[in-house]
Amino acid sequence: MSDAISALNHAQFTGFAEVEECGLQGMITLRGDLTSKPLIAGARTAGGRDGRDGKMPKMGMAEVAISVADRNGVCWMSPDEVLVLCPYDKVEAQLMALTTKLGKTHALAVNVSDARAMFRVSGGTAAREVLAKLCPVDMSPGAFKPGMFRRTRMAQVAAAFWMDDSEDIYIICFRSVAQYVFDLLKIAAQPGSQVGVY
Amino acid sequence: MLILHCPYCGVKGEETEFAPGGEAHLARHGPGSTDDDFKSYLFSRKNPRGVHFERWRHASGCGKWFHAARATDTLEVYATYKAQTLAPPKQVLDIIAKKRPGWNI
Repeated sequence: MSDAISALNHAQFTGFAEVEECGLQGMITLRGDLTSKPLIAGARTAGGRDGRDGKMPKMGMAEVAISVADRNGVCWMSPDEVLVLCPYDKVEAQLMALTTKLGKTHALAVNVSDARAMFRVSGGTAAREVLAKLCPVDMSPGAFKPGMFRRTRMAQVAAAFWMDDSEDIYIICFRSVAQYVFDLLKIAAQPGSQVGVY
Repeated sequence: MLILHCPYCGVKGEETEFAPGGEAHLARHGPGSTDDDFKSYLFSRKNPRGVHFERWRHASGCGKWFHAARATDTLEVYATYKAQTLAPPKQVLDIIAKKRPGWNI
């Protein structure tokens, strides 16, 4: 089989914040009743969150760990939808495990890995500033905190992002607009264009 | 610019994140209704100067439809509430009555 390659294949840009395309990321969209036990169990297993307290992330939150060793997580998307993150090469197996856990529960789980692109913006408050230029979201440290997840728009396209514990911001968008989003981020992170509000 | 609070995902966002959906609480008049009812259902919309109930969709967010009570003259948003209702809930009417004494639905 041919090699799978992400939309921009780890493209990078360094301005006053670092922008990087994160490469392939397994993603499963899961819709259904988020209080249903099989659905919670399935989402946590598929998202590699087995050892935690066994709950769904709360409204507007995400539990994600992206590192060299770990690319797992569960993100709250809407009252009836979560996004399950897992390593790209394990997504089919995790989807199968999830579907098995769901059993006859009324739910929908689909592998959407190849329909998405993921970016990381790092640089602490600089990263906040890059996002604040593009999204109608209050990015001040008092309002947007690590662990929070937000679906919104970036300039003209839909996007979602969360912040991890080291205040890096991860952005998910559709693969078809990956170049557009990367260009936006590059312009917003241009050296010398800091506003310095945070 | 309106600041709307999505009752489904708890996000306080500004207008461009949402899509407007016109007047709220319309009663549908379909096949079997009188011509007058059908005409008014299809074409007649309120256009008040003051309190207005509207449908909005959190288009760039959770994608859910909800209702908003706002003033068309001051752009004040009194409240937003879930779509699973046929009429504005009492607490929303109370908020409006407090801010606009003498106003009637």
